[in-house]
Amino acid sequence: MTRRIFGVRTLGLLGLGLLLVGSYFGLFVAPAERYMGQVQRIMYVHVPCAWIAMVCYTAAFVFAVIGLWNGKPRWDARTTGAIEVGAVLNALLLVQGSIWARATWGVWWDWDVRLTTSLVMLLLFAGVLALRSFVDDSDRRATWTAVATIVAFVDVPLVYFCVRWWRSLHQTQSTPETVSPAMVLPLRLNAIAILLIAIWLIAQRAKLERERLRKEQVDEPARVTAGLEVTDA
Amino acid sequence: MSQERKRRRLLAVVALLIAGGVMAYLAFGGIGENLVYYWSPTELREAGPRAFGASVRLGGLVEPGSIDRQADGLTMRFAVTDGEASVPVVAETVPPAMFREGIGVVVEGTMLRDGHFQTQRLMVKHDNQYRAPEDFKPEDMKELMKSLQFEETGT
Repeated sequence: MTRRIFGVRTLGLLGLGLLLVGSYFGLFVAPAERYMGQVQRIMYVHVPCAWIAMVCYTAAFVFAVIGLWNGKPRWDARTTGAIEVGAVLNALLLVQGSIWARATWGVWWDWDVRLTTSLVMLLLFAGVLALRSFVDDSDRRATWTAVATIVAFVDVPLVYFCVRWWRSLHQTQSTPETVSPAMVLPLRLNAIAILLIAIWLIAQRAKLERERLRKEQVDEPARVTAGLEVTDA
Repeated sequence: MSQERKRRRLLAVVALLIAGGVMAYLAFGGIGENLVYYWSPTELREAGPRAFGASVRLGGLVEPGSIDRQADGLTMRFAVTDGEASVPVVAETVPPAMFREGIGVVVEGTMLRDGHFQTQRLMVKHDNQYRAPEDFKPEDMKELMKSLQFEETGT
């Protein structure tokens, strides 16, 4: 019963509402940055996208390990959902960053370590999804997806720490001390909002994937008897 | 335990070991020494003749009082400093709006034999500070350089 009242859809709606509130604060209440001016407001979506993309990939990593351990298909579905949502946020992150970079740094792109690892992160996880789509057998697909996810995850902490370890054009992480208090609120609101939306989308996507898996398994015997597929078991 | 299940768990362990190994290598393997995004003015000076001719990046702060916009409207001269050494730069590019005295920059170009660094790609390196116009306070150079990580914090 509680599921009906406070389901994952409620989280999604809550997230969308919060995103509106956070963006209102970001666009109209928070001051323009003293040097960068209005363009700095892109931070209120850029930084949350970065955080939540990394949260999604981390979730995918955890789901992949669990799935590989117990072999239950629901973890494969969740891994896929988390990767796809992470990749969407990752792509948004790169576009937003590029626009902000043009206005402040003066260039759309540079092969700086933060930018490069962030692009590599998107390519790696897009690669996992591509690999996944090439495997027909559902058990093998789950195993390969999980192993590839674990390996691709290596880049995620690198994206976070690279600006501390190496020289870069991209600035290091801000802390509440380096950000004006009026700017911290919209940043946090939007981060929570995008997190809630991400959870909602991952749950939806996982559900869809499980339904597809179920359909696949129903179709399978028919394809075998029709001589379309040879099992190697 | 079934054969299939054993195989899967073995894969999980192997994948985790590979991921952990690569991560540890990146974190502690010291590849940072071979991965220098820009040279500081001091390093560029220390490199001596090796700096000539090659395309390199130079990073530092725009030295206050050094900006000299040429009458032709195309060239701009300024100096990049790290507090110790300073390198005069000739830039043939339109600077970003953020460009000003005391801000971090990364310039890409070549060191000329006459002692000038010539660049056509001038990038502003913003720090991690975001302030409202009213809480402005003049910072001192040391603090600025620390916030931009132009001063090595030691890895």
